[in-house]
Amino acid sequence: MSNRIVIEPGAKSKHYWIDIWNYRGLFYFLAWRDVLVRYKQTAIGIAWSVIKPLFTILVMWFIGWLFKSQVPDGVPRVLLVSAATLPWQFFSGAFTDISNSLVGNSNLLSKVYFPRLIVPLSTMIVALIDFLISFALLLIIMCLLHFMPDWRILLLPLFLLLAIIITIGTGLFIAALNVKYRDFRIVVPFIVQLGLYASPVAFSSDYIYTSTRIPEFLKFIYSLNPMVGVIDGFRWCIIGNGSTIYFPGFILSVIISFFFLIMGIWYFRKTEHSFADVI
Amino acid sequence: MEPIIKVENLSKKYVLRHQAKEQYVALRDVITNTAKSLVTSKTGGQATREEFWALKDISFEINKGERIGIIGRNGAGKSTLLKIFSRITEPTEGRITIDGRVSSLLEVGTGFHPELTGRENVFLNGSILGMGKREIEAKFDEIVAFAEVEKFLDTPVKRYSSGMYVRLAFAVAAHLEPDILIVDEVLAVGDAAFQKKCLGKMEDVSKSSGRTIIFVSHNMSAIRSTCNKAIFLEKGKIECHDDIDTVISHYYNIAKATPTNGVQISSTPLASSGEWEVNSDIEVEIKWDKYKYEPGWQCDIACYTIDGVKIFALESHKFHEFRSDDKECNGVKFIVRNVGFPNTELRLDVGIKKSINESYCNLIENCLRIFPSGNNLPAYLRHDVITIPPAQCKAITL
Repeated sequence: MSNRIVIEPGAKSKHYWIDIWNYRGLFYFLAWRDVLVRYKQTAIGIAWSVIKPLFTILVMWFIGWLFKSQVPDGVPRVLLVSAATLPWQFFSGAFTDISNSLVGNSNLLSKVYFPRLIVPLSTMIVALIDFLISFALLLIIMCLLHFMPDWRILLLPLFLLLAIIITIGTGLFIAALNVKYRDFRIVVPFIVQLGLYASPVAFSSDYIYTSTRIPEFLKFIYSLNPMVGVIDGFRWCIIGNGSTIYFPGFILSVIISFFFLIMGIWYFRKTEHSFADVI
Repeated sequence: MEPIIKVENLSKKYVLRHQAKEQYVALRDVITNTAKSLVTSKTGGQATREEFWALKDISFEINKGERIGIIGRNGAGKSTLLKIFSRITEPTEGRITIDGRVSSLLEVGTGFHPELTGRENVFLNGSILGMGKREIEAKFDEIVAFAEVEKFLDTPVKRYSSGMYVRLAFAVAAHLEPDILIVDEVLAVGDAAFQKKCLGKMEDVSKSSGRTIIFVSHNMSAIRSTCNKAIFLEKGKIECHDDIDTVISHYYNIAKATPTNGVQISSTPLASSGEWEVNSDIEVEIKWDKYKYEPGWQCDIACYTIDGVKIFALESHKFHEFRSDDKECNGVKFIVRNVGFPNTELRLDVGIKKSINESYCNLIENCLRIFPSGNNLPAYLRHDVITIPPAQCKAITL
């Protein structure tokens, strides 16, 4: 018969990915639920999606201005800051949500069967929508400043994809760990908080790589952070000539991102069959 | 006939950790325990682990169109079996082969979100239970009509009464169309009328479309009216797999019998035919060793059908002539008139307490079987009404 199911210990579904594709309806509905629920019973609703990035940009701008961090010629400081704030906010939001997604949906995991990967993946949609809203905000700022980006902005989706890969990889790993070890509930906000300082949001990578004060091994450690590659890429796309990408570092970012992705999916698949027993 | 579900040597093991009091393991514990086990010998850590087989070596087959009830005491492994069927958890050993689409209903309203409206929750819950968007749209009106919540469709379900919530949740589930429907004790919620409606709906679909149903419940009359076969699980093993009446009767013989704690219970019909005929009496004698209970004790009996429907209950303190202040008394005798009880097997519970206001110090459930005779049954009697039969009760000395 066509839809024969065999339940066995350790049975690895041969069509794991087809199974996920078949459950895409559930993916849409879970994402739709998260979007709907997001701003229920709030007074200004969706406006929060604009206010949050706007204020983050303003604060970062102010800090940069206060400490007189260097700005390339002809580039408004606010763009330098926004180009970094956007991907960083996407990563921090999506990473936090994905990490908590399995525990937050434990009632589903313990009562219904579906490919478990659906839950963390659908969680990311909310962060993606937030990203698109803040991107629209960025376009408005660019218009107001009469700043014309060049062709490179067309490559932006590639860097967004890189950000998604990093988020999924790290998020899946932490989400699966969080099922068993709730320590990660505490670790995640900490990672996000530290990550903000380890990523070039308030400063630019050019400063790090060109500085003579910083020893080489610290520069190397700095470039291990895959978000450095994403943020540099965003700046390169949006600001154009004023920004450069440090290529060895960028390649390293890409390699590490894919390493995280494979690790995350591997660990998730390895542990997912015991989620319902442990959660 | 090819079975639709085939279960072979299925086992499920859980490991109980006695040391860990928290529900989840903290990384700290893993690190310290690993460090400890490195220092001490490796057997030290295993003393706190205990294996528990929720299911042990279970095999059975279910044919297409069968409606199987699964019964058993708490902890017998019913829920574990359903969880393995629904692919929520994996078996430790053995395998199950299922030919067909499975929907499992382990809880009503899985995934209902309190902030979402009734309409939104129907779609969400439907898709969680495995329905496609078009399928839900097609059945939407029917679901809403079944749940009787038309007026509140655009109200967040957190403002629903619990009855409305359950009705809506069950309505979605009742409209699933899988080949195999797995239902856990979900009907325990909701009011009686709606329960009946749900059971009716389930029967309709299964009988008309030949759907296979696996149904777990403690409600024997629900099981009896829904299922045609049953499996009785006891301590993770199949005690009995047969047609519904045989299994339920077996279940009552084994699962519901409690130890009598030195109390003897017997019954004697007083009619000359030796049967408990209509308008004749039966004598129920309950006795124990002398001086077991202090003067002032009370003894009550209750009588049920094996579906759990109460037929009558008699309490000794309600009888004016009953006196238990004689130290020498070591028993009680009830004489009960058959006013036309249903012609099925009845079970007796006996409760003994030290005084009127205390709870039972010795409650013996399911200790005696009695069979009212079906002869001369008056036509006007209704068996869904509890009747209080004329009876006598007196303390006895042996």
